[in-house]
Amino acid sequence: MTNWVLRGLRNGIKTTRYPGTRDAAPGVTPGRPVAALLAEPERGAVVEACPTGAIARNGDAVAIDLGKCVHCFRCAASHTEAGLPWKQDYEWAAYPNETTAAGRTLEAAFGRSLHIRFVDAGACGACMSEARQLNNPYYNMHRLGFFITPTPRNADALLVAGPVSDAMRLPLRKVYDAMPTPKRVIAIGACAISGGVFGPSFSSAGGVGEVIPVDVTVPGCPPPPLAILHGLLVLVARKPPAARVSQTPASARTGQ
Amino acid sequence: MNDVARDSRQLDDAAELLWSRWKGRILVKRVEQAAALKVECGKEDLREFCEWISEERGRLLATQVVEETSAGFLLTYVFYPESTEPWIFVETRIAAGETAPSLVALSRGPSFDWHEREAEDLFGLRFEGHPRLGEFVLHEEWPEGVNPMRRSFSAKAWRGERDSNASWRPPRALLEPGSFAMPIGPIFSDFAESSHFLLETVGEDVVRTIPRFFYKYRGVEKIAEGQTIDRVLLLAERFSGASAFAHGLAFCQAVEAICEIEPPPRAKALRVLFAELERLRHHAASITGICNSTALAIATSQASLIEEELLRLTGEIVRHRYFFGVIALGGVACDLDDAQARRLGDRVKEIGGRIGELHRLLRYSSSFLDRLEEVGVVSPEAALTYGLVGPIGRASGLKRDVRKLRPYAIYDGVDFVAPTEQEGDGYARLRVFFREAEQSALIISQTLSNLPTGHLVAGPARTRSGAALGAVEAPSGAAFHWVRLTEDGAVTRWRVTPPSFPNWHGFHLAAEKFAFQDFPIILATFGLSNAECDR
Repeated sequence: MTNWVLRGLRNGIKTTRYPGTRDAAPGVTPGRPVAALLAEPERGAVVEACPTGAIARNGDAVAIDLGKCVHCFRCAASHTEAGLPWKQDYEWAAYPNETTAAGRTLEAAFGRSLHIRFVDAGACGACMSEARQLNNPYYNMHRLGFFITPTPRNADALLVAGPVSDAMRLPLRKVYDAMPTPKRVIAIGACAISGGVFGPSFSSAGGVGEVIPVDVTVPGCPPPPLAILHGLLVLVARKPPAARVSQTPASARTGQ
Repeated sequence: MNDVARDSRQLDDAAELLWSRWKGRILVKRVEQAAALKVECGKEDLREFCEWISEERGRLLATQVVEETSAGFLLTYVFYPESTEPWIFVETRIAAGETAPSLVALSRGPSFDWHEREAEDLFGLRFEGHPRLGEFVLHEEWPEGVNPMRRSFSAKAWRGERDSNASWRPPRALLEPGSFAMPIGPIFSDFAESSHFLLETVGEDVVRTIPRFFYKYRGVEKIAEGQTIDRVLLLAERFSGASAFAHGLAFCQAVEAICEIEPPPRAKALRVLFAELERLRHHAASITGICNSTALAIATSQASLIEEELLRLTGEIVRHRYFFGVIALGGVACDLDDAQARRLGDRVKEIGGRIGELHRLLRYSSSFLDRLEEVGVVSPEAALTYGLVGPIGRASGLKRDVRKLRPYAIYDGVDFVAPTEQEGDGYARLRVFFREAEQSALIISQTLSNLPTGHLVAGPARTRSGAALGAVEAPSGAAFHWVRLTEDGAVTRWRVTPPSFPNWHGFHLAAEKFAFQDFPIILATFGLSNAECDR
């Protein structure tokens, strides 16, 4: 017979210290492009290189809508070509719209006991895999009071991935309607925020916000587990959100 | 005798055999590059020819490709052997308004079944003699007679009305009083991909399972139409995140075959390295899923530690935890320096050892084995007629692996085995996952010890018009990507036949006559992706 308890104890504690301290272990995040000053023609080249229109010209720099970024690395600076720097962070969950921050978060009562129903609305499997990792010993979201529930009747929040394929519109709507109030929705991944590489099209809605109201978005393709964790902490007001569109701070600019 | 001469003689021999047997009824052409033969066959001879090629010549169906032409439809059936003999592309033309002959009544008919149902739904092409066409990819709310893969249908513009009163009532086998069908899905369990299962039961024992898929149909083949190679590559990587590198590779191999691009030696070696690292992670995830389905908590934790560490290792080496943006046309986009290569080798060796240890510990956990043994059995005969592939097929005795049958990249120079089992039950599938993971770790260390130097990407090449098939052994089995290109580099047809397409088709074979509580276990031992199947 295998003594599993002994085997488990031998590993020691693997769990991350986040959100107490920053987790900088290699490979926990793919990073993200950050807005930077770029001269022409490089500025035009990175805007052109982005297949999903996440990068736009912004005066002498570029602005990045992370909700559209699919982590293709086509804009990344390499040793041969100029491009945008990538930052190895993950605290990038944001409100869907900068102007309507009020009413997005849940009251303090939910802060340490939030029940979450996960819905796959046509995701490729990577977002779901990253969400599933939240239960592994490295992230162990139970310690923060986040629980996955199999039924919407017990759920406070919906975690939705995917561009909402045609056949998932109705099931998604039904799950949302079956939840008791107050209820909140987190859209994870570029597909759930903007349709990503798929939509909008004849077969996908092009984002969860087209079907049910969204309160917090977690960009990424897929968002790494720590980014999803940040999104959950934003929802219960234990962490501040990031800005939806990243811009070069004025202090970085010459002559300002 | 060198490979080229051997291939050429094999092509001649195979062509001669076809000529002598089918004189006057078919046209045979050599496709030198692909080591394949193209056979043009009239629709009246199609059934007989396909029966002969699969039953007497032992060829397996890889894929069926439907393409709309100005005069109607061009159907291409691709058959591959369980040896290194030539592949056969059978072409049949169907005039507009006519029906195609259904092949479901052949000895290996089930392997044609889903292809024909999909083509009927998406192209509106009827297959004469198919017993159950209709409602397959497109569910009941979708209006009749609107076929999204037709040229006249626009992927962007159309947003039609849905039938809000439509209902799905599949034929039931159990009609006894007290019997009922228990629905599961499309949203179920803690984390499950969207799919639906009707379990027909009289109480405790489930007699039959009626699965329903394509809830996640995003029309990727339609969206890709007319797009550039680069844009379609983004879709190829992102329609199935669990095997992104394998599908990106299959797509690139098809385009490289059309444009005659030869990736440099270092790129080929790195492709094998990355593909095996992805397989290792995929199988670790499947093993986690199986442990979780039996509620063996500590084993689940152990397996998920391995999975997360492989994700981190991948992220560290190639930037992205799921290999997005790593494959490039004509090579790869990421390199390894010496320090990274050493680190990769050390970590994979260490993790490989822990996978072996987990396997040993599980073998001595009788309560775990009781849940897997003789559960979800797929017999070798059924696996053959359904054309199952990958670990699922190999657990039922089908020794087929594209890495062996048509070695790509540097697989012909790598020493490895494709493990097979005979029982076809849940435990056999678990053993195949473990043994393949161990083989992947070995392939990685072999490749690292002999990594060629040089460029990562082939020099720029002119795009050409034409069509080709890319075949790759993805983590869950054979993946086939058919690509047709125009001269200016636009993709006009991209047909993906992922391994989960035949394997989900065969799932109901394993889900018959079982105790209700075994359902999640049977599901987990298949370890399949719906995103990959639904596209």
